[in-house]
Amino acid sequence: MDDFEYVRPGSVGEAVALLAEKPGRARAMAGGTDLLVQLKVGRRTLDRVVDVKGIAELNEIHVGSDGGITIGAAVPCHRVYDHPAIVAGFPGIVDSASIVGGIAIQGRATLGGNLCNGAPSGDSIPSLAVVGAVAVIAGPSGRREFPVSEFCTGPGQTVLGADELLVAIRLPAPPPRSFGHYLRFIPRNEMDIAVAGAGAWVALDEAGVVTAARVVLASVAPTPIEVPDAATAIIGTRGEATALEAASEAAKAAARPITDMRGTQAQRRHLSGVLTKRALAGAIARARGEHVPGAHEAHRVHASATH
Amino acid sequence: MTTTADRPATSSPTRVISINDGANIIVSHGDYAVIGTRPVRHDGVDKVTGRAVYGGDTRLNGLLFGKVLRSPHVHARIVSIDTSKARAVPGVHAIVTNADLPTAEDREVNLGEGGGNLKYMSDNVLASDLVLYKGHAIAAVAAINVHVAEAACALIEVEYEVLPAVHEIKAAIAEGAPLVHPSLTTKSLGKDTGVHSNITNHARLQIGDPDAAFARADVIAEGEFTTTMVHQGYIEPTNATAMWYADGKVTIWTSTQGSFAARDSTAQILGLPVSRVKAVPQEIGGGFGGKINVYLEPVAALLSRASGRPVKLIMTRAEVFQATGPAPGSYSKVKFGATKDGRLVAASAEIYMESGAYPGSDTGAAMRCLYSPYKIDDMRVDGYDVLTNRPKTAPYRAPGAPQAAFASEQVIDDLARKLGMDPVEFRLLNAAHEGTRLVNGPLHKKVGGIEVLEQTKAHAHYQSDLGTPSPGTKRGRGVAIGYWFNIGLPSSVAISVNADGSVTLVEGSTDIGGSRASIAMQAAEILGVRAEDVRPSVVDTDSIGYTGVTGGSRTTYATGLAAIEAARHVIAQMTARVAKVWSVSPDEVSHDHGAFRAGTRSMSFKDAAGHLDETGGPITGTASLDPQGHGGAFATVTCDVEIDVETGKTQVLKWTIVQDAGKAIHPSYVEGQFQGASAQGIGWALSEEYFMNSKGEMTNTSLLDYRLPTAFDVPMINTVIVEVPNPGHPFGVRGVGEASIVPPMAAVANAIRDAIGVRMHALPMNPGAILHALGTI
Repeated sequence: MDDFEYVRPGSVGEAVALLAEKPGRARAMAGGTDLLVQLKVGRRTLDRVVDVKGIAELNEIHVGSDGGITIGAAVPCHRVYDHPAIVAGFPGIVDSASIVGGIAIQGRATLGGNLCNGAPSGDSIPSLAVVGAVAVIAGPSGRREFPVSEFCTGPGQTVLGADELLVAIRLPAPPPRSFGHYLRFIPRNEMDIAVAGAGAWVALDEAGVVTAARVVLASVAPTPIEVPDAATAIIGTRGEATALEAASEAAKAAARPITDMRGTQAQRRHLSGVLTKRALAGAIARARGEHVPGAHEAHRVHASATH
Repeated sequence: MTTTADRPATSSPTRVISINDGANIIVSHGDYAVIGTRPVRHDGVDKVTGRAVYGGDTRLNGLLFGKVLRSPHVHARIVSIDTSKARAVPGVHAIVTNADLPTAEDREVNLGEGGGNLKYMSDNVLASDLVLYKGHAIAAVAAINVHVAEAACALIEVEYEVLPAVHEIKAAIAEGAPLVHPSLTTKSLGKDTGVHSNITNHARLQIGDPDAAFARADVIAEGEFTTTMVHQGYIEPTNATAMWYADGKVTIWTSTQGSFAARDSTAQILGLPVSRVKAVPQEIGGGFGGKINVYLEPVAALLSRASGRPVKLIMTRAEVFQATGPAPGSYSKVKFGATKDGRLVAASAEIYMESGAYPGSDTGAAMRCLYSPYKIDDMRVDGYDVLTNRPKTAPYRAPGAPQAAFASEQVIDDLARKLGMDPVEFRLLNAAHEGTRLVNGPLHKKVGGIEVLEQTKAHAHYQSDLGTPSPGTKRGRGVAIGYWFNIGLPSSVAISVNADGSVTLVEGSTDIGGSRASIAMQAAEILGVRAEDVRPSVVDTDSIGYTGVTGGSRTTYATGLAAIEAARHVIAQMTARVAKVWSVSPDEVSHDHGAFRAGTRSMSFKDAAGHLDETGGPITGTASLDPQGHGGAFATVTCDVEIDVETGKTQVLKWTIVQDAGKAIHPSYVEGQFQGASAQGIGWALSEEYFMNSKGEMTNTSLLDYRLPTAFDVPMINTVIVEVPNPGHPFGVRGVGEASIVPPMAAVANAIRDAIGVRMHALPMNPGAILHALGTI
């Protein structure tokens, strides 16, 4: 591993300036759980690491009066899944934050880092995308906002400029009776990268009919991919088996997986369907006020209720 | 003089100690004071407080840090190596290549367990003309820190001529396959065939006439099976530190299963007499057979000679996977025949095992173990060692036997199904016992196969029903049995008596599984002191007599015997001293349960120790021996699985392992061996593999993607210790480290067959493989 400069700015402006000084040779670090490993194994070399954990704005979780939530880019996963408003409104994001790495990693790793790392397998990206999350980006010429669903442009590549910093992820206020659910498939029960993942989100009307839906897959294409046909298949239904099957088929058709050490093309395509079906069923269950058996949010709700 | 150990072990009844769902049910300790109890291990506090010094913790004044340059190619000729740019890097102290090693002779050397061809050993440490696998060491740098060494490595210019390669067994044995060693010819049944191929050796073991016997069989089952290369998965990376002193003596500090084996191999490769090399064993963070061969020790020594400073080398995890010795993959064809009343009458098998880059695999042991659980009059097994462009394989816990059992125990399961018989009943009906002929010729000595199967059948797990599967899943149960012969080999122990009545015990066996405790306890039992009164130390090769490797499940047996003999030597001397104190003839003094007696007089061991100064000075008891009375062991696994049929994921729900320990000296560590082997077996069954890309490169070289099982993947492991004493040991010890990893993969495969009706023919049985087997993808 080569030497690099470590800096810890106290403001967004300072951080952006430090990045802009060394375009392409400096990178922001939040938890460091991806970046430090990449540096150590030589997958990436840098002249400067800009630690953004010292910036107050990046460490905040702000709940808006409309129910929308802004999560600072350096907020670690454990603060996400322990936050009552996120648990109550965005259980799909809690699903994701609870399975990134192990407990120790969750104390450092952030949703912002997961997004900026741009891995096709990033577990939080589908969950953020399906609820319409927006990336708040700061650069030398000010701030801009960009939808999370289009943030990743290729493996390890994002829309973020070399002189830009992700400040926060903004979750719009959820419509009534709307929830998400995220599932990934791993061969073991812990410590694996997703062979395939599916994030689903639905909104129901008062009669329990799906009025809106989104499905985003992980690990089955160079970036997380949205499957509009899966959403179409479930909208207007109550999540009957035939509708879930149709959504599942749509996901399989949309998947563009590769074969590697973590799984084969055929396995990933098949899993895209299975996970889409199950994630949609979970999201619908949540929107009906039920809990998803075995999902993390059931424990989290319980835990926060007893605090 | 009588001691508890003089009681004939064979008169002990079979005893069963059972651990069920974490609740210890100890049926009996037997008649011992120390043996069978569970004292805190002597090295325990150091290990849990982080004080224990492992190989990587070695610190020496002036220490330099090394890095090895490794081949990026799977098979290539080295055209040239230019180290000039690397030498110019500030902070670099030395660079070595194969040219710094003495020219190795093409001859076999004896290194205790195994041994090997010196040229191959030398070339594997630093490649001479050819690199035979990705990760093959080419050169090494010593520098002021590992980062400088790494940067210098990157500046070493190597010109390669890339050669065609073979990545796996079937490709390697195919007609016209590229040859890993073009000069080698196939030896078959002891004769050189003169044929150039990647099969270096073909061996056959046969009893009777199996071809004729198959004609008499009413039911036949057969199958073909493959297993992939897997790693032992020890957590502490391979490491070595060396100092080449100005007087020409070399000291190596290393994590090894055998300090004498490390010393001897290093001396051989460096062309030094063993008297010039001292090996200092550091604490070891797992070995499982993988820390017997030397990889870094000779390289560190060369770097130290060139720099005049001590040099430390530690592999990264990727290096551990690519450049140490994993367990061989295998390809097997197995066939069994039985009469309609369920008697096995014939067996035949072919086993191909990869040896990797150099000749010599685990085929022989696989052949010896394959049929050992059964009484079969007519049987034959052919074994083939196959070269591939992969790392040279090395032992892994019962080397060869698990791969063979994965094949044979599935075919046995099929045969029981065809016969409509209960799988345990079928095995019991055909179980080998004392006097049953083994395929390699000898008869089984006293063994506990029947007792192990009976306990398996009687266990609450086997008697329970499978319960209700979760929605979308199917459940199944599988059983398998495995055998490991265990070994003897030389061991040395010295015991010195302290004035306070405690003793120090010095041993040459490195402690990889609690052997300090199990050896000290055997000495304590003989001496009549507490386990805590024995202070065991694992010492360097200059400080104790020759001792073989900690492997082959030999240590508690063989080094235990040395401890018993050394303790008896102490007692004989102490008896004479007590006689002197009492002014009686030594013949009149006896010793039992820690007390010396003559008539009505008695003196404790502790009091006697207080009289040493006035009766002739210090006492040391020593023993060096090469015992031959080791006894083989059987183990069964019963496991329940639940399979998500949509995703192909298998969850192991319930696991029971029953094994004959002969005698469990420290039952906690015996259970630990059963449980550790079960966890490794679950990983080998379901998730571990060397995943190779089309170029034959391993791509999953991290613990993220080389999927060892996590705590969430392993259920509570019920252990049952069966004790059928080994007549070759005073307490009946057999050795417990290996038999337990033989049955797991087959047991899981049989459970999957039971759950979803599909026979699995390859490892790992991961979710993708299950979906394929089901026809889903």
